[in-house]
Amino acid sequence: MRALTWHGKHDVRMETVPDPEIINPRDAIIKVTSTAICGSDLHLYDSIIPSLMPGDILGHEFMGEVVDVGKGNDRLKVGDRVVVPFTISCGKCYFCQKEQYSACDNSNPAEKADMSEIMYGHPMSGLFGYSHLTGGYSGGQAEYVRVPYSDFGPIVVPDGLEDDKVLFLSDILPTGWMAAENAEIEPGDIVAVWGCGPVGLFAIQSCLVLGAHRVIAIDHHPHRLELAKTMGAEIINYHDVKVREALDEMTGGVGPDAVIDAVGLESHGFAIDNVIDAVKVASKVLGTDRAHVLREAILACRKGGRVSVPGVYGGFADKFPVGALMEKGLSVRTGQTHVQRYSEQLLEMIGEGKIDTTFLISHRLPLEEAPNGYKMFKERQNEVTKVVLKTPAARGAVQ
Amino acid sequence: MSSENLEKLQQSDAPASTAVHQRDVGKEEAAAQEWKTAALVGRTVTVNKPRQELYAFWRDFNNLARFLENIESVQVKDPRVSHWTVKAPAGQTVQWDAAITEEQPDRLIAWESAPDAQIKHAGRVEFLDAPPGRGTWVRVTLAYEPPAGELGKAIAKLFQKEPKMQARRDLRRFKQLMETGEISTSARCRQQAQT
Repeated sequence: MRALTWHGKHDVRMETVPDPEIINPRDAIIKVTSTAICGSDLHLYDSIIPSLMPGDILGHEFMGEVVDVGKGNDRLKVGDRVVVPFTISCGKCYFCQKEQYSACDNSNPAEKADMSEIMYGHPMSGLFGYSHLTGGYSGGQAEYVRVPYSDFGPIVVPDGLEDDKVLFLSDILPTGWMAAENAEIEPGDIVAVWGCGPVGLFAIQSCLVLGAHRVIAIDHHPHRLELAKTMGAEIINYHDVKVREALDEMTGGVGPDAVIDAVGLESHGFAIDNVIDAVKVASKVLGTDRAHVLREAILACRKGGRVSVPGVYGGFADKFPVGALMEKGLSVRTGQTHVQRYSEQLLEMIGEGKIDTTFLISHRLPLEEAPNGYKMFKERQNEVTKVVLKTPAARGAVQ
Repeated sequence: MSSENLEKLQQSDAPASTAVHQRDVGKEEAAAQEWKTAALVGRTVTVNKPRQELYAFWRDFNNLARFLENIESVQVKDPRVSHWTVKAPAGQTVQWDAAITEEQPDRLIAWESAPDAQIKHAGRVEFLDAPPGRGTWVRVTLAYEPPAGELGKAIAKLFQKEPKMQARRDLRRFKQLMETGEISTSARCRQQAQT
């Protein structure tokens, strides 16, 4: 089959690799129709996330048709149209039973879990097309994918809903939703969201659905800020405005009730802490995450407020404002998304037209052009908001 | 390894294998076993199943090769004695007999290698009730006499340099098999899965 493989910093290629096969009883093989490039794929493209190996197949936002199922799979059948959550979850362990699916105890293979245990204390679930810290599973930017525990994760979607309407159930839509849920919004609340990429935009949409009084969006790409405005947010362009001061003034001096960091470890900007962090990242010795947004969000948040972090971090951060966190009595909620927890609910809302995801897609390309898709997404973030790759098996033409 | 000895080695309320002063713990275990030296490793894993079920699976030693990575086979010779064949580098194997020394149904299995075994070791697996609704704590403790020379090197490699890491991986595999019915792999095709 054809697949997008990683070979090093800014080096991804389309290659022909062996097709996936059923290995375990609960597996299924999915023939991919649509697959997207995620903002967190750019962290891999930039070689910021540790532990990738040359030849790894990337991609964790994908959907398609079931073409083979293992003998232990009594839920999926050949021909089912499914969206696959990016988190691989067994459905049987303590964490899955608590609906903390990205903490699944079993899906990260034993021989891959050592490094994750050293870095994080305890290994997290397996993820598709990501670091070997999360299992090193072959991803979805390919014609076919082996989906483990497929009797639990994938959500069957009705034929009436086209790919572009449901594809983002795989990651960014539930990630934006969980970010808003983690903000524990109360009536009258003002929520500030850093980053108007796909997760940030979906978080804004979700905050408003969940009853936020106002949402303030922060970014520097004019087009992305425009999209945020269309969705009903007020905006701050940090190239034009001092963010902390602006947030205080826009909240009567109180600060936002909840803050959402939808940026993560590759934040931009020329704040002094960010420059120091960037030097450390580049040196690879002190290797710290660039945590400028998280620091700023914590300082901006009102006393007793909530800090929600859907943005991806991978390692350690320096100069963490632990004093502000403690003294102001903030609560922090974060984590890779427990995708399966939200699948049914969000699919229903899409079906009812309450949530629209198609506005986000700026570019549709054939899978073969995936390397170009990465380059575009990386270099032209203002107008390239989301790249969806279509395989030959996709329904509907590629534009 | 005997319960009394392990209890004696225990510090704080934590298992003996977590002791900071490993050397002292090892010395005492070595004395108890009449070995030159001893290393002690242990690992506890929570499995979301009742302990009766886990004990029954483990007690049938034929099952052990399904989740112990380096074990080629375990043949049951009689109710107490089993014959272990372990993969070693360069396609070789190391073999030994092990005998059960202590057994409490649904709670505990302890074993020791036969006196002529190349790798002298003693081990125990305990099945303890986790807090209500949380399944079972499975605690493995292994003591072994670190072998010297070429064999020592081969064994070190065999145990991934660190027996603790091997214990951790093997217990994870046991948990996966018990909870999900399969052992997780990120291999894409069967050929990858075998290497």
